[in-house]
Amino acid sequence: MRVLGISAFYHDSAAALLVDGKPVAAAQEERFTRKKHDPGFPENAIRYCLDEGGIDLDDVDHIAFFEKPLLKFERLLETYLANAPAGYRSFKMALPVWIKEKLFQKVGMVKSLTPLSRSGKGIEEKLLFAEHHQSHAASAFFPSPFEEAVVLTLDGVGEWATTSVAIGRGSTLETVREIHWPHSIGLLYSAFTYYTGFKVNSGEYKVMGLAPYGVPKYADRILNTLMDLKEDGSFWLDQKYFNYATGLTMTSRAFDDVFGGPPRKSETPLTQREMDLAASVQAVTEEVMLRITRDLAKTYGISNLCMAGGVALNCVANGKILRDGHFKRIWVQPAAGDAGGALGAAYAAHSIHAKKPRVATNGALDGMHGAYLGPAYTQADIEQRLKKAGAKFKTYDDAGLLERTVDALEAGHAVGWFQGRMEFGPRALGARSILGDPRNPEMQRNLNLKIKYRESFRPFAPSVLAEDVSNYFDLDSESPYMLLVADVVEGRRRSMTEDETKLFGIDKLNVPRSDIPAVTHVDYSARVQTVHKETNPRYHALISAFKARTGCPVVVNTSFNVRGEPIVGTPEDAFRCFMGCEMETLVVGNCVLDKSEQDPSLRVDYKDKFELD
Amino acid sequence: MLSLFKELFAYMGARKKWWLFPIILVLLVVGGLLVLAQGSAIAPFIYTVF
Repeated sequence: MRVLGISAFYHDSAAALLVDGKPVAAAQEERFTRKKHDPGFPENAIRYCLDEGGIDLDDVDHIAFFEKPLLKFERLLETYLANAPAGYRSFKMALPVWIKEKLFQKVGMVKSLTPLSRSGKGIEEKLLFAEHHQSHAASAFFPSPFEEAVVLTLDGVGEWATTSVAIGRGSTLETVREIHWPHSIGLLYSAFTYYTGFKVNSGEYKVMGLAPYGVPKYADRILNTLMDLKEDGSFWLDQKYFNYATGLTMTSRAFDDVFGGPPRKSETPLTQREMDLAASVQAVTEEVMLRITRDLAKTYGISNLCMAGGVALNCVANGKILRDGHFKRIWVQPAAGDAGGALGAAYAAHSIHAKKPRVATNGALDGMHGAYLGPAYTQADIEQRLKKAGAKFKTYDDAGLLERTVDALEAGHAVGWFQGRMEFGPRALGARSILGDPRNPEMQRNLNLKIKYRESFRPFAPSVLAEDVSNYFDLDSESPYMLLVADVVEGRRRSMTEDETKLFGIDKLNVPRSDIPAVTHVDYSARVQTVHKETNPRYHALISAFKARTGCPVVVNTSFNVRGEPIVGTPEDAFRCFMGCEMETLVVGNCVLDKSEQDPSLRVDYKDKFELD
Repeated sequence: MLSLFKELFAYMGARKKWWLFPIILVLLVVGGLLVLAQGSAIAPFIYTVF
């Protein structure tokens, strides 16, 4: 059975192809259109998935959309009705969008999908609509390595649900609890993202990165004023303080009064206040997630937990849930945001709608193939594309390539690493990554300011050989998708001097805190990716070669893009990004490009090309 | 348009929300007028919850 999954029309459009219960291809539309979080119909991603499967739409049994538009419309109407006449301005703007476009999504999709089938017929009959949180839950459970699990999904909002709990057993997935709109932990986090001056729906991970610089001094105020949090983790948000339900902003004036002023304006200097606010909302989110998971563990007595939804990308909270020990094992869908809904909808169609048996992982880590489900390029194709782009490169055999790349890393270069199939999900996992030497104390600052052109407070993640993880981090399980945060082990930390401990806020950043300072955050934590031979042998071999040379089985891994740009998708994208920032070395397949050897006329002013995220 | 009405009826039946029918009808008319009067714009929303 072949199922095409689609998520679209909100943010992070994507497509995924499931063949007999196995993911064959999945990709986000933004990687093709070069428009970050592209919400449009994912035509390019669908074409790619069908090409990868060697089929066209006539060969597909079901086309599954990741949510139910009419239920969303119902939520919209009932919300405006309940709040009328407040919200008229928002209503006046939202309604035409629905009348013109969103109510006709099904018709629009049939029209857009028809050219992708030989016969041009039967599309409407194949269309299925899963619920938003059902899609998330399916994406979290069906590819997980567990036969039985509690499945927790948390995000901003889908149709009505903002948080849901399901029980997955074999090929079944049954929803047992939901928290409904407008009470949403995702939207609470987004409200603080907005209030601290970052962009909603993309700046949440900046808030998470900023949190360790602050003190959670507002946490009690959030818990006592903005919300009512129960012992079992269920919560209620006092809408007096928020404006997202019927307004055009996230927070209300009453919110400003509680926290002593208006929201920070975007791109203005960050102060200790924003850091404290970030620390506070992070602490509250962790408290909510811990209470929910403790209660779920107690109620259902199941030792495995699966998670998805945008909030499940909060790897700091995920790490705390793991260390809390109420669940023995945790698996988080790598494309936990809405893009992953495409895959989840496909799984839901396969296992829940068609009742086809789930495919066992057969000893593999899980069913996601390391999340390497996107396009790949052959060596001949790479060389042809690079030549056409005007790149000057040398081609190496496999062993020579690793040696040459390790040379560059050891020399302190930022190395663009473009290999194999592209990752599905927001994280670069060693297929479209920029790598560096984590031992270099200047690396974090250089990567942030010279390569990524982004705020200097943001930490980088380590990729570590799976077999060495516990020598460097307080983690004894795998974390292949960079979705768990763990502390650097005590023995590798560097104690702070008296003067250093007195530093506050971003001044803390410049103090090396371990023997891998580039990936050690100010609270000694790190967003760990364990690298496995089975899922990414070349990346594993590179880090092994780096270890053989330096003794260190860790490299810095950040996504291959500049601020505001989608992660590179093609060798040409990689070359453009390389020529647009101060990256010194680029490795694409078996080709190595040295910046000093490139034609200077091909340098591009790249920094301002993308809208800031 | 016909298929939309079919979908809406099926949805109201499934969700037992017939009380929404007059509201939806009025909204479709008012919304249609709004569409004619102006283009759609979601840009002013900091976060579109739909």
